[in-house]
Amino acid sequence: MERNSVGIVKEHTFTFGSEDDPLKLESGHTLWPVDIVYEMYGEPNEDRSNAIYLAHALSGDAHAAGYHHPNDKRTGWWDDMVGPGKPLDTNKYWFICSNIIGGCKGSTGPGSINPKTGAQYCLDFPVITIGDMVDAQKRLIDHLGISKLHSIIGGSMGGFQVLEWMIRYPDMYRSAISVASSAKLTAQGLAFNAVGRNAIQTDPGWENGCYYGRTGPVNGLSVARMIGHITYLSEPSLDEKFGRKLQSADRYSYDLQPEFAVDSYLNYQGKSFTERFDANSYIYITKAMEYFDIARTYGPLEEAFSVVKGKTLIISYSSDWLFTTPQARDIVRALMTNALDVSFIEINSPYGHDAFLVEVEQLSRILVPFLESAWDA
Amino acid sequence: MTEQQINTIMRNDLKSIVNLIPEKSSVLDLGCGNGLLLAELIEKKGVRGRGIDIDENNLIQCVERGISVSQSDLDGGLIDYPDKTYDYVILNQTLQVTTKPEIVIREMLRVGKYGIVGFPNFGYWKLRKDLLMNGRMPKSKDLPFEWFNTPNIRLLTILDFQEFCKLEEVEITHEEFLIGQSWSASSFWKLFANLFAKSGIFIITSRV
Repeated sequence: MERNSVGIVKEHTFTFGSEDDPLKLESGHTLWPVDIVYEMYGEPNEDRSNAIYLAHALSGDAHAAGYHHPNDKRTGWWDDMVGPGKPLDTNKYWFICSNIIGGCKGSTGPGSINPKTGAQYCLDFPVITIGDMVDAQKRLIDHLGISKLHSIIGGSMGGFQVLEWMIRYPDMYRSAISVASSAKLTAQGLAFNAVGRNAIQTDPGWENGCYYGRTGPVNGLSVARMIGHITYLSEPSLDEKFGRKLQSADRYSYDLQPEFAVDSYLNYQGKSFTERFDANSYIYITKAMEYFDIARTYGPLEEAFSVVKGKTLIISYSSDWLFTTPQARDIVRALMTNALDVSFIEINSPYGHDAFLVEVEQLSRILVPFLESAWDA
Repeated sequence: MTEQQINTIMRNDLKSIVNLIPEKSSVLDLGCGNGLLLAELIEKKGVRGRGIDIDENNLIQCVERGISVSQSDLDGGLIDYPDKTYDYVILNQTLQVTTKPEIVIREMLRVGKYGIVGFPNFGYWKLRKDLLMNGRMPKSKDLPFEWFNTPNIRLLTILDFQEFCKLEEVEITHEEFLIGQSWSASSFWKLFANLFAKSGIFIITSRV
């Protein structure tokens, strides 16, 4: 274990909601009871003013930093950033990260037991939105006795949650940081999601969403992840990493087996994803991403963001073609039109959308002073 | 420009610009560099300010100073900024490096009530002498570049700028000049500024 790791961390579960006080969803449906699995790193200060919420992306979970067991090979998804003496410094701040509802890492989702039937929800799970995820997170933050978050930070779909927080709970935070994100998916983003969902739903193993206890749509989910993965990388970064290298030979084999290195890599990514992710969650979460459209829900961006009070930092990556710089600028323009305190920086990086997890150094150079300056906000 | 060279020209200008801006104004600094000027304005004049620059490292230094910044290429105009949202829009030592100066100036006067423009005067006698006597493109301590690597692609004199303002229906409400080591707005130096000033600073506003 490296020295400035948060070390072994524990998952906690917060349960809320009852028939009288359910989570009211944007679709008009209700959900109760709701489990939220969360982790915490660092300690709260006396008045709990040093809390920072980390919003995870599509395939993330509550495990942002550290290890669950001493023998864990994998650390949390943002372990490079979060820890004592790291850019998101647990000696200063108290970080909270929770699994989104609809997910499959402990929070209530389609694979959870429906108390009304005693079996998994499967497709009886209501369609949820990014706003619903944030409403559930707000209940957790209230439960933890936090009256104002120092910051909310999220990349990609985590950035969607940040924007919903800004509009739904403008009094609840001092600063907000959205990285490699946008106010809606582009048609291209919708298209890639559609292919992924199609792969899952046409897999015979999907069984209309009720496959729990059996193999499930592993091939479909694997293909969905492979496609997703391509969209997270840039052409130059794929080329640099794999080029046209063959996986295990110098010559073409002239058969129909996978033989290029990039082929094996994607296969591996797809396969290992099926071991840690539920196909139904993938469907529900990508659907939530598709419904996310700030302007459609709240009116033109300038109006939608007029309620904002805290400081905002928007960061994009030059080679990210899934969440582009012009999309980031749309948010910045809307905030500036309202004379709000917003900073925008495009980080030059060859790594595509994935840069927000990879390019830790440049990101931290911006995040660290920004978080410090937010104390005055 | 190296950091040091920028600083020798700028440090002189900074004081003068800080003096020109009234307390509590709102200020947008185009080509804000590492945010030195904005930091001074915020500290000494309590302005509400933000900066625009194209260089990632400059922007990070601004964030480190607690200054709000946006990354933008000035030649693309200020499309993200609504009309008359700032009291002052500053363009200091930046005009000569833009590709489309007339658009930049038009845009700054659309977004701000006043513009402050500072630039090196290529009519300065020492530069003229260089060209006349040596037949070589002028260089100086403040303008140390070769013709092939200079960022200063729009060389202009104080007269050029005054003429430009007339054509563009831009009113100059204040002008001062760097003569030797000090800034002057006296009517005497105004007459000879084009020959003797190393640098000029103008407050401008749109007539229309």
